Amino acid sequence: MLQVKNLSCERANRVLFRNLSFELNRGDALRILGLNGSGKTTLLRILAGLYQEFEGDVKWGREQYPLYIGHRRGLKALMSARENLLWSAAINGQGARLAEVDEALRQVSMGSYLDIACGSMSEGQCGRVNLARLVLLHNKVWILDEPFNAIDSDGIQWLLERIKKHLFLGGILVLSSHMEVPLNNLEELELR
Amino acid sequence: MNILLLTVQRDLLLYVRQPGDIFNPLAFSLLVISLFPLGLGPSSDTLNEISAGIIWVAALLTTLFSIDLMFKEDYEDGTLEQMILGKESLLLVVYGKIIAQWLVGGLVITLLSPLFGLMFYVNTDGIVATVLALMLATPTMTLIGSIGAALTLGVNKGGVLITILILPLYLPLLILGVAMIDTASAGENYTGHALWLAAILAISIGFAPLATEQGIRISLSE
Repeated sequence: MLQVKNLSCERANRVLFRNLSFELNRGDALRILGLNGSGKTTLLRILAGLYQEFEGDVKWGREQYPLYIGHRRGLKALMSARENLLWSAAINGQGARLAEVDEALRQVSMGSYLDIACGSMSEGQCGRVNLARLVLLHNKVWILDEPFNAIDSDGIQWLLERIKKHLFLGGILVLSSHMEVPLNNLEELELR
Repeated sequence: MNILLLTVQRDLLLYVRQPGDIFNPLAFSLLVISLFPLGLGPSSDTLNEISAGIIWVAALLTTLFSIDLMFKEDYEDGTLEQMILGKESLLLVVYGKIIAQWLVGGLVITLLSPLFGLMFYVNTDGIVATVLALMLATPTMTLIGSIGAALTLGVNKGGVLITILILPLYLPLLILGVAMIDTASAGENYTGHALWLAAILAISIGFAPLATEQGIRISLSE
């Protein structure tokens, strides 16, 4: 479903990676690792379609709408958790009902913060609201940039379970993480 | 189409929750306008002569001051990324954001303009023309401004850059608009001016959001 051929990227006169080629099919997971500044985020943004200054081919099959969670949370500080998720669903062309949103928030143990503005939540709580998108949205492809940051051990456990379920159902996952990710069929790609 | 209305609704909600973003530029313009009669003295001749120019400059400044915030916050908190990646068309979202921005900026100035007209002793014909001219021109200002806002997203302190980029594009509006009000005050036919403003608006509605959409994609590709 994802084919990357001879991908090269240069930023600020520095070669981040050259001639990367790999392929991901349904149920595959890829972890990108590397030191700070080695181009992990840039690679993820290229795969998501946000960054266009690269050479080579990135081809998605029919799945051209990845769910991307990057360093920027994608939550409006002035809107409540509910409103943020309803918007997320709408922009993904998915008319979510309020009950679905509430259920997604309950799954990430934010059930009692439905109407609280995200601006008055802690960093970790915002992270959890953001992860509720993984429950709510039906995208087949997930691109997650350091998803384990700022969430507690329960959250990490929950996320791992969710990822396993996603892969089991035929989803694709690309993530970057400094932490070891205990998954069976995880491919790794190290950037230097 | 649904996403367009949802975007308008969302942006209006955000403006209501953070009224300062939109109220400060508006208040600034109101102050500038209301200081002129005080500074120049209450003689109706002088005021009448400069009225059209001042009202237009105020409308332009309000748009310029508020336009750089149009995408800024969405860019910083990452919701703009979602708009690009989402299944719904970014173009419709851009239209929605422009409409919302106009509703709280350009439309308010337009509705307040009869009041300014009275402060400057503009006659009834002149006031009608002022409202009509602003109604046709303020959407164009927001549409053109959105291009500048999109292109300067990644730039620190982009406000000044936007002004330099788009102010020249506002000049035809300024010239036509002021001429239209002056013609009307003199009791002559101003249909020609109005049609020109309408033509510029029609072109902007069709093309400006396309440029804005591409501008956003370029800025996000940083």
